[in-house]
Amino acid sequence: MNSLVVHLDAIGLCGPGLENWATSQAVLSGAAPYLTAPTLIAPSGYLPAAERRRVGTAVKLALAAAKDALNAGAHDASQLLSVFSSSGGDGDNCHTICEALASADRLISPTRFTNSVHNAPSGYWGIALKARPASTSLCAFDGSFSMGLLEAATQALTAMAPVLLIAYDTPYPEPLRTTRPIGHSMGVALVVSHQRTNATVASLQISLGRARPSVMPEPHLEALRINIPAARCLPLLRAIAGVDNNAELALDLFDNQQLLVKVGI
Amino acid sequence: MQPLYLSHYTLTTCLGRGCQANWDAMIEQRTGLQPCAFETAMLPTFIGQVEDVDAEALPPRLSDYLCRNNQLAQLALKQDGFCGAVEEAIQAYGRHRIGVFLGTSTSGILSTEIAYRHRDKQTGALPGDFHYAHTHNTFSVSSFVRDYFELEGPAMAVSSACSSSAKVFGNAARMMACGVIDAAIVGGVDSLCLTTLYGFNSLELLSNERCQPFGSQRKGISISEAAGFALLTRQKPVSGTAIAITGVGESSDAHHMSSPHPEGAGALASMQQALDMAGLAANQIDYINLHGTATRSNDAAEGLAVSALFGSSVPCSSTKGHTGHALGAAGIVEAILCALAMKNRILPGGVNTQEVDASLKVNYLLENKPAASRAVISNSFGFGGSNCSLLLEQQ
Repeated sequence: MNSLVVHLDAIGLCGPGLENWATSQAVLSGAAPYLTAPTLIAPSGYLPAAERRRVGTAVKLALAAAKDALNAGAHDASQLLSVFSSSGGDGDNCHTICEALASADRLISPTRFTNSVHNAPSGYWGIALKARPASTSLCAFDGSFSMGLLEAATQALTAMAPVLLIAYDTPYPEPLRTTRPIGHSMGVALVVSHQRTNATVASLQISLGRARPSVMPEPHLEALRINIPAARCLPLLRAIAGVDNNAELALDLFDNQQLLVKVGI
Repeated sequence: MQPLYLSHYTLTTCLGRGCQANWDAMIEQRTGLQPCAFETAMLPTFIGQVEDVDAEALPPRLSDYLCRNNQLAQLALKQDGFCGAVEEAIQAYGRHRIGVFLGTSTSGILSTEIAYRHRDKQTGALPGDFHYAHTHNTFSVSSFVRDYFELEGPAMAVSSACSSSAKVFGNAARMMACGVIDAAIVGGVDSLCLTTLYGFNSLELLSNERCQPFGSQRKGISISEAAGFALLTRQKPVSGTAIAITGVGESSDAHHMSSPHPEGAGALASMQQALDMAGLAANQIDYINLHGTATRSNDAAEGLAVSALFGSSVPCSSTKGHTGHALGAAGIVEAILCALAMKNRILPGGVNTQEVDASLKVNYLLENKPAASRAVISNSFGFGGSNCSLLLEQQ
């Protein structure tokens, strides 16, 4: 395939020991040590109080990552196309519904059911920001970040407009956790643009192919990359954080196909 | 947008397996909805269940994928020579140049629901034969189809509730426009499960009779299961009636998680966008396959949007009276029914609806109408305010 060239205008991050993009760059580049810490989800301030009480971790996480990316204020959030990508959505909510359905009365709360849809963060994003442009919600298991980036790139290039990509994952509680051991909550947000602007932080040349997936040299960060689907983005963020201005990366997608990304800053 | 041709398509619903069985039911104005007797569900409602899904055996190499959703997917893939068409596409384009973009809302979660009833009494663990990635995970059905045909191209599940398998046409169009792929398998699969039956029950949206889309006495939805697939290419098929997707409108309501915008603003925006992409005016549309779920609020909002954009003369109907609401598979089912309506020159009249709601100012068909149609729209709207309108043209 021809390479797709897109530009990243903004980056947001919310993960374990990676509180936001601004403070995480030194850690990702290796200039500062990685310190293990639980994921702190900063309130985005996007949701009205009534909605905030109704939502679970997945929605709060996705919005926190988006907020971190959009803090710079270069974009009108309500006008952005959006791509939400997640392997499992809200693990807690799924578990609670399955438990209720296995019980005698099978009563599940309407709010829990409404929140169980994979596109719940997309829906709450629209409500919170009054964002009416197209929004899609994807899943590609461990390849969810890479497929989300490819989808966002094709959207930006065909619509000739910036696209907000939000990839996020939350852990399942037991017993699902044993069958799908996602270690921590993590969300990453990228504003993917068809054109280079003053806000551009990195330009990407994207294609599909076979290669050994790029890894993180720091063992804790590599553990995150393997344990959280959204953290498959970390080699890309490391390159942008300044270690490698002309990195050629292979981001995890499928066993027989990876997303190949050349990074130019 | 550049037209994408439905070079091959198939669907399996509660009306039967394959295009002919489904079209026969349209001609006979037959419903596939029956009193709910699914699994252990005890609910006073009607459902659309596909026969003999449990009997479908997966190939040994794909045995980890065994779940109702993937069994239904395979059952559907085997109809109408669809597998042969995919093999030809592989020969023509290569395994890595064919994308798989499928919609689903609940994937194989029924397997997890059943596994939660068989947890280890001491440890709480799920049974050892439970395979999360191959059944429960939202990507499961797309991964199954990709592996079924041994494809090596991009693949994803789109899961935006009831618009899922309409929106996949947009994914395919973008990937093809950017040169990532040459052909795509699009579609969707959703199978009956307790989450949706008890979930919609909790929202008091299940009808206790067969659903009556756009009816004055409508009481809610009838849930069903279905699978449908289309092979999309840029090359116009050499023989037969060529059906193309020429517009994919996508919008967000930004209003409420489970209720539509009361004036149908999002629905109107997605239909307008589909028209704009196709370069057509509203008066060039010959038929609208409504989302028409038969809830009070959905049909009211859609009726307002349709009459605002098209006036009250364009023939329209919902085929959910026949098929039930197949949720994440509704978009592909209705797109294919639109293709069959164009090919057979008959606009399907809705069934079950006793009397059309007079407050909905649309030309709702209750009888089949023999008529050639050159351009039609199919609407799919979902929870989270996710709207998608497909524009199909006969070329």
